[in-house]
Amino acid sequence: MSTETVQKEPASKIEISPDVAGGEIPTFDITLKVRRYNPEVSDEAHWDEWQLTMYGTDRVLDALHKVKWEHDGSVSFRRSCAHGVCGSDAMRINGRNRLACKTLLKDLDTSKPILVEPIKGLPVEKDLIVDMEPFFQSYREIMPFLVSKGHEPTKERLQSAEERDRYDDTTKCILCAACTSSCPVFWTDGQYFGPAAIVNAHRFIFDSRDDAGDMRLEILNDKEGVWRCRTTFNCSEACPRGIQVTKAISEVKQAILTRRV
Amino acid sequence: MATPIIETPRSGRVAPGYSRSSTSRGNFEMIAWLFMRLSGAILVVLIFVHLYVNLVAGDGISGIDFGFVAGKWADPVWQIWDLTLLWLSMLHGTNGIRVIINDYAEKNSTRMILKGVLYTATVVIVVLGTLVIFTFDPCPVIDGVAHVADYCPAP
Ligand code: HEM
Ligand code: SF4
Ligand code: FES
Repeated sequence: MSTETVQKEPASKIEISPDVAGGEIPTFDITLKVRRYNPEVSDEAHWDEWQLTMYGTDRVLDALHKVKWEHDGSVSFRRSCAHGVCGSDAMRINGRNRLACKTLLKDLDTSKPILVEPIKGLPVEKDLIVDMEPFFQSYREIMPFLVSKGHEPTKERLQSAEERDRYDDTTKCILCAACTSSCPVFWTDGQYFGPAAIVNAHRFIFDSRDDAGDMRLEILNDKEGVWRCRTTFNCSEACPRGIQVTKAISEVKQAILTRRV
Repeated sequence: MATPIIETPRSGRVAPGYSRSSTSRGNFEMIAWLFMRLSGAILVVLIFVHLYVNLVAGDGISGIDFGFVAGKWADPVWQIWDLTLLWLSMLHGTNGIRVIINDYAEKNSTRMILKGVLYTATVVIVVLGTLVIFTFDPCPVIDGVAHVADYCPAP
């Protein structure tokens, strides 16, 4: 790990005269403030701050990488795909839940420090890493898999374009937890099933091929189920996939009502 | 020979405090949710007619006095109107505060205490209000002396 063993990249042999400007990406300076927490060192969280020169094409994730790779390797966060598909890097950026890999630095106010915190409402394990298990527990409870009665068909289960369209929006979820951890009802005691579980229930409840819709509605007609939703719309604003989360929740409420009243 | 089983990380471990204490199915929360919308819709009519009749119609706010209230409550229509307004708004308001307590209190014990205070207040106000609407006597006669308004019949 000592610096001596690290071989420096040989300098480029291609000379580019400094007045060539084609394709140049503008750079700017930012201040990145990251909420740090390490239970092995202290029970208190604190803010660390770095000045970085970043490019116009960089995202918050690139700034975090720069810090981790060049300044402080102990900064901990999750990320995998870096392209908004895996849902690992939801975090609270300037007070709003977003994916670090989908948030361009140039879209934020770079005149002020950029604040990065872990998502709220779930136990922080270290820095930006939270324990997602309570979140996935609720997800598992709504049975996020196809349940069908009767014989297994010999060919594919057919579905019309309209039937497919009915739940198209909620198929887009990447389980990033941005919605659930933006919900003030979830923040209080973490008992609420949360928007993400309801979105994923919606995906199967309104799937014409699925036969367990009633069971899922029953599960969500809980004291901690859909009725705890206060239509705050935080979830809809937080969702990096643009899912209309609050609308999906309302549709599940409607489905429970029309089934029972 | 036996291959060691490596459990999936954190399998089965949900941070204490997050696992739902008990699944409580039942329709109470659904009915409460529905009641808020239905009573809300009815309250719009009840409240705005109430405000208009009391504050705008006739002499407006300057017309309000003991006699005005007494006059209204002499009419069974206004008795029923105000009774419905009292009950609906109290139940609606109480349920609203109940939901807010659920949302903001973090411990079940805090919730219990706050809801205890809330329900006590509700019962006192609803009982007292109902009693007043039906037993209201604009011309009490105490020891043979007529009190209050001049429109009361001579004792
Ligand atoms: C003008 C007629 C009214 C309408 C249409 C109405 C409608 C509603 C609705 C739909 C809710 C549920 C909101 C939710 O689930 O998030 C609500 C909540 C509430 N209402 Fe009313 N309401 C009315 C009058 C009143 C009155 C007179 C009171 C006071 C006694 C009251 C007190 C409350 C409280 C405390 C809440 C809970 C607050 C909240 O949910 O954020 N409302 N109202
Ligand atoms: S609904 Fe949107 S915000 Fe919520 S977990 Fe799915 S992708 Fe993330
Ligand atoms: S790293 Fe995969 S969604 Fe951001």
